[in-house]
Amino acid sequence: MNNQVKAWEGFKTNKWQEEINVRDFINLNYTPYEGDDSFLAPATERTTKMWKKVADLMKQERENNGLLDADTSVVSSITSHGAGYIDKDEEIIVGLQTDKPLKRALMPYGGYRMVEGSCKAYNLPLDPKLTEIFTTYRKTHNDGVFDAYTPDIRACRKSGIITGLPDAYGRGRIIGDYRRIALYGIDRLIEDKNEQKNISNLSSMTADVIREREEIAEQIRALQDMKKMAESYGLDISKPATNAREAIQWTYLGYLSAVKDQNGAAMSIGRISTFLDIYIERDIKNGVITESEAQEMMDDLVIKLRMVRFLRTPEYNELFSGDPVWVTESIGGMGIDGRTLVTKNSFRILHTLYNLGPAPEPNLTVFWSNNLPVGFKKFCAKVSIDTSSIQYENDDLMRGFFGDDYGIACCVSPMRIGKQMQFFGARANLAKALLYAINGGKDEKSGEQIGPEFAPITSEYLEIDELERKFDKMMDWLAETYVNALNIIHYMHDKYSYEKSMMALHDKDVVRTLGCGIAGFSIVVDSLSAVKNAKVKIIRDERGLATNFEIEGDYPKYGNNNEDVDAIARRVVKQFMDKIRRLPIYRNAVPTQSILTITSNVVYGKKTGATPDGRPAGVPFAPGANPLHGRDTNGAIASLCSVAKLPFQHAQDGISNTFTIIPNSLGKTRDIQVDNLVGLLDGYCGNDGQHINVNVLNRETLQDAMEHPEEYPQLTIRVSGYAVNFIKLTREQQLDVISRTFHEKI
Amino acid sequence: MDNLDNINIRIHSYESAGTVDGPGIRFVVFMQGCPLRCKYCHNPDTWELNSGKVVSAKNLFDEILKYTSFMKFSKGGVTFSGGEPLVQKKALLPLLKELKKEGVHIAIDTAGTTNIDDTTLEIIDTMDLAMLDVKHIVPYEYKLLTGLSNDMNISFLEALASKNKRTWVRWVVVPNINDTKEYAQKFASLIKKYPNVELVEILPYHKNGIYKWEALNIPYQLKDTPEPTKDNIKELAEILENQGVKTLYSS
Repeated sequence: MNNQVKAWEGFKTNKWQEEINVRDFINLNYTPYEGDDSFLAPATERTTKMWKKVADLMKQERENNGLLDADTSVVSSITSHGAGYIDKDEEIIVGLQTDKPLKRALMPYGGYRMVEGSCKAYNLPLDPKLTEIFTTYRKTHNDGVFDAYTPDIRACRKSGIITGLPDAYGRGRIIGDYRRIALYGIDRLIEDKNEQKNISNLSSMTADVIREREEIAEQIRALQDMKKMAESYGLDISKPATNAREAIQWTYLGYLSAVKDQNGAAMSIGRISTFLDIYIERDIKNGVITESEAQEMMDDLVIKLRMVRFLRTPEYNELFSGDPVWVTESIGGMGIDGRTLVTKNSFRILHTLYNLGPAPEPNLTVFWSNNLPVGFKKFCAKVSIDTSSIQYENDDLMRGFFGDDYGIACCVSPMRIGKQMQFFGARANLAKALLYAINGGKDEKSGEQIGPEFAPITSEYLEIDELERKFDKMMDWLAETYVNALNIIHYMHDKYSYEKSMMALHDKDVVRTLGCGIAGFSIVVDSLSAVKNAKVKIIRDERGLATNFEIEGDYPKYGNNNEDVDAIARRVVKQFMDKIRRLPIYRNAVPTQSILTITSNVVYGKKTGATPDGRPAGVPFAPGANPLHGRDTNGAIASLCSVAKLPFQHAQDGISNTFTIIPNSLGKTRDIQVDNLVGLLDGYCGNDGQHINVNVLNRETLQDAMEHPEEYPQLTIRVSGYAVNFIKLTREQQLDVISRTFHEKI
Repeated sequence: MDNLDNINIRIHSYESAGTVDGPGIRFVVFMQGCPLRCKYCHNPDTWELNSGKVVSAKNLFDEILKYTSFMKFSKGGVTFSGGEPLVQKKALLPLLKELKKEGVHIAIDTAGTTNIDDTTLEIIDTMDLAMLDVKHIVPYEYKLLTGLSNDMNISFLEALASKNKRTWVRWVVVPNINDTKEYAQKFASLIKKYPNVELVEILPYHKNGIYKWEALNIPYQLKDTPEPTKDNIKELAEILENQGVKTLYSS
């Protein structure tokens, strides 16, 4: 029996063996699971020992200022390092980014400044030869970007009206279809890429055709390197995986290639659990493995995913706290044929949170649908109550846009797997833009002229029509400057730091989106509501700039299911999106936006003066699309209703909502708490809410963890779009989390 | 429907949803006005009918309907609590009927302190779940605790039984007043007579409302009464369970 026949034995065939089509394979061969969690197996002794080893290393890492070890001389690539192990004989799934566990790799192509800054921050002796190479001979993405940036863009970056741009490191938010390696083997994928190269337009060598040919050549090289890298572990991935262990291993090696090749801001793994379940089911059915062995493999995979690291600067950590990688795995959901995509392996990957304890990575993301099997819904709710480690995204809402084989990149960004990628665009600070509208384009902190020199508002009290008119103009300028910056960034990223390993696992013609984003959303909405419904007096400083506001009277606030202000919220989303839509975009990418801040809401707030909603200068914004803490006084459900009203149509890159509730307010008994959380998620989903992070926690637990971090090594909480180890947050961010609304009543 | 515009209801406040006043996620309306003066009351600010705020039944109706998705999926609904919601039963009834038409599950959290007249009977017909507070089963003790006789409480229980209305009985356990094992035995025997009672919800007395008494300048008599422990509650619940009465309490 040849290898391919053995690999595919027992699988139903249709199109997928003729063409690269993982979805077709899944659709034909997966086994939906409608039962409960009673089949799950506990951690084996081996797993517990293995995790203990890794947890000890992570403890050393924390004690060593967050960095265990880093390479300072070898430039990372798919094949740069030999095999690395935690404990070679005991590992089931193998592969590390470098030769040692938690040793960070050196990835200079995104920007050498990031490398230098990181080494300096951690006192690492950087090889001077490398500095010579990357400052004399080899240009990076970062160099390219700054060659092309305009003075306008630089000023915006400095003032903080646009922040977090991926201009100094990898942009991420691209998901390779790592499953292809398991299903087809590398040789077949190379064959396919060669064919693609042949069909590109040979008659007219335009810049686009040349670029495409070069990119495919790079992709083929990456695929060949993946084979070599696998060989260093004694594995032959040229052919398809023949069993569950190989399927997991092959898929992981694809992902590992990506994180050896790129230090992207978010390196998500896609939607692998249900795919892998097909192999596991086959092996279990044939008596090759037991449930316990299946769980053990998934546990071992997750241990590896928890160990992915990148070398970052402290400034980066201020924006995106807690060393996140966003190994986002999308779980569950429904197929377009009406069958659930939940399999036993959807349970197994969530069960790793029990077998290994809670953790922020992988970023476990449940695709929620009102039609999910009840057993799975209840299990998810139980896991949330126990671990606060999962986020939910509305499959009923997104399936219509993205089909049934899409995944989440980073926090909330949906994309079809292997068919779509994103140009990550961080975010623009709309709250600051509102202040620029009032101050005629002058920055309220520095006093510098950053925006266009429009006439400032000179009246004593803000007047809604004038404010909206000026704000609209200011947003025109902001959108233009912002998209210009992104066009430059992505042009240069393609040129100097092309993601060959990830793009090798995509179709030839991918849909590209430009993922813009906004911060300070609730601040803008509440400010407009305040000006409309109360009297807002401008307090000007000696420079004549509006730096404070006095509110006379009350006004309806976003987050209370009040239609008057929620209508403003919907309008603002569409307004800024429409401004982006009007602009030309690099590589004809489709413009989108997210309402997501990750943890940058703290930094954004710090950089923004007092706002007309009554928020004092420097105070953190609400994260993502959340109402500002303390203002959603009508209870948790009212708050959820307001966020759910925001139009996904105009924020297709995601609308992030972080929700924290104390256990008792979900109900009196454990069973009732589970049922009510299921009901809450169903209700939010039914109302078209796109994303929700669920934390079920007592405030006291967090306060205690601040004082005694050593007792909470695995305490995980969800913050805007991802999860973090609470104790890894900066003190400022910890206080921000604690000050946020804990719903003590639903 | 038009007539809801012309009906005023006095409420203390509402919660967009709660999970401790009936099944599922519920919109809870705290109605103003109560004829009882329970010593342990945690909402004395709802006693006076003439305070609180006036809302039209239509406004309340609209507000409640904003949350139907959450109610439907969690098998929740709306709960009218208080105060004593039946103080305003004439105003309440048309609202309940409209909510019923919309398929909203209705629970009334009451001590049954009202006459059994046509309005009351119609309200019982309209609601899906009665949450009847049985504060004490000994008439003399009831009066001592609440200021009124328990006649109406018992007649209401009977009325619910005669209509076979799904009922949760609520028992607030107050140390030294109604917390003995003997009392639990008797309580269970009484409840067992009513097959329409689905369960007894046992609520431990708590002091979270004292600040309201102080704010209203009313002397609080139970200052020295301790709050029951979780074990106390569990022990009493087991007595009921042993007699075949289902219980619900915070675990």
